[in-house]
Amino acid sequence: MKAKGRVFRYNDNVDTDVIIPARYLNTSDPKELAKHCMEDIDKDFAQNVKAGDIIVAGKNFGCGSSREHAPLAIKASSVSCVIASTFARIFYRNSINIGLPILECDEAVQGSEAGDELEVDFDTGIIRNLTKGTTFKAQPFPEFMKKIMASDGLINYIKNKNQSG
Amino acid sequence: MGMTMSQKILAAHAGLDKVVPGQLIEADLDLVLGNDITTPVAVKEFKKAGLDKVFDRKKIAIVPDHFTPNKDIKAAEQCKYIREFARDMDIENYFEVGEMGIEHCLIPEKGLAVPGDLIIGADSHTCTYGALGAFSTGVGSTDMAAGMATGKAWFKVPSAIKFVLKNKPQEWVSGKDIILHIIGMISVDGALYRSMEFMGDGLAYLTMDDRFTMANMAIEAGAKNGIFMVDDITLEYVKEHSSKEYKVYEPDSDAEYDEVYEIDLSKIEPTVAFPHLPDNTRTIDNVGDIEIDQVVIGSCTNGRLGDLRVAAKILKGRKVKKGVRVIVFPGTQNIYLQALKEGIIADFIEAGAVVSTPTCGPCLGGHMGVLAKGERAVSTTNRNFVGRMGHPESEIYLASPAVAAASAITGKITDPRKV
Repeated sequence: MKAKGRVFRYNDNVDTDVIIPARYLNTSDPKELAKHCMEDIDKDFAQNVKAGDIIVAGKNFGCGSSREHAPLAIKASSVSCVIASTFARIFYRNSINIGLPILECDEAVQGSEAGDELEVDFDTGIIRNLTKGTTFKAQPFPEFMKKIMASDGLINYIKNKNQSG
Repeated sequence: MGMTMSQKILAAHAGLDKVVPGQLIEADLDLVLGNDITTPVAVKEFKKAGLDKVFDRKKIAIVPDHFTPNKDIKAAEQCKYIREFARDMDIENYFEVGEMGIEHCLIPEKGLAVPGDLIIGADSHTCTYGALGAFSTGVGSTDMAAGMATGKAWFKVPSAIKFVLKNKPQEWVSGKDIILHIIGMISVDGALYRSMEFMGDGLAYLTMDDRFTMANMAIEAGAKNGIFMVDDITLEYVKEHSSKEYKVYEPDSDAEYDEVYEIDLSKIEPTVAFPHLPDNTRTIDNVGDIEIDQVVIGSCTNGRLGDLRVAAKILKGRKVKKGVRVIVFPGTQNIYLQALKEGIIADFIEAGAVVSTPTCGPCLGGHMGVLAKGERAVSTTNRNFVGRMGHPESEIYLASPAVAAASAITGKITDPRKV
């Protein structure tokens, strides 16, 4: 599986309150949430983001609230993946559980600017910056998490496991 | 190499003699928790997967506390959805408005969390129950759905940081100042993916309310969980609140910790976290002149009776500074009632504060005290992120109930020792 898109670049400690502010959490409809994704730090994000685009951020991305609405809002914005130096653990868990591809790769983060075009190969963890002509390698996922993602999320994984006995 | 407290609890619940950091395990859960924001997503997932049974109706707790009493029609619909689910599944621990409270104040009070438990909750502050010597951690809605269905969750076994607490804190210094001090020291990702384990002689000077506050904010240092060594103070609390079986886990004498910090509690000053991260801390004498518009006293961090007593001690017989809005929200109905009986609620109202029903409302900019552009609040809550309590250009200063109450009187951030 591969993704290709333009970079939206953010700094360290992007918290889930700015990914999707609590004032919009009176709904869990992903399309509604996507309309307000990132608006408190990047008010034009929802308007500018195109299918396949990639969020690139510094360390501790997704810190704070456990709201799954945050990865849901990003996924519903048609973002193909998030690359960060590190992720906050609940966000990391939630992304795997809902099938939003995320990659930890500090080198790729340092080597990418807003608007760069990236190509990501999820099977190998290879990230290419097509604008700058550079290549990076992300940490691969443990097998167990690959299985969850291959099932398109934890619930399907459990369902499949139950069915196969 | 021995195991930490957290590792021992995980091993026991995974049916293993030993676990090591980084190991992926599947473990049995003692409690699965959700609120009115996260449970609707969990229920949707649960139903989408065609599931129709929960693993144990007694081991699930659902607490509508964020946008309740219902703040608008959409919030009311969300609450109705989870109320019906709780009814259909015959969930024993569903707490309706009138009997509820802020989940992390309510669950220990109801005796649903005890030492040695393994608990997940679809709320990041689920780490609060580590104060009782439980392994307790925040997850998302999908994990909640899976936990409700199977009674299990997957975990990557964390390594840990040890905090050895020593000596007695000064007057007006509380668990909030200690945890803000620690977060300031190790930063908002200083404990990322790891456990924070608290022990040492200084524990004897920390009430359960202090410990709940500290464990509650472990997530603000990125930790997977915060956990306290169980002592007589813990056991007394458990005896008073729960009839559940419990088990005390202590770290092995050769348990390996990534880092060890000795914290001299007697040296900690009242501490304030400036916008927009909880690690942006300053001691009270370095705060300078910060005028405020609103003071918030309460939340899952500082809405317990001990917190209200401290604030009332400062506000009693005094007046809130003209032009400052003070909102007090007790953590549970029971805390509210106790405060009422002790005369604390009267002290607040006579001072010019308003007292709200228990709700998470103002802490996350939901309702009951949202900030306008350019406004500043001193708040005993846990997060001061951009836009957390309202307008993206408002500011939040995190502090203890004592600092918040002192600031309410002067209209600027104030040392409680100086009022």
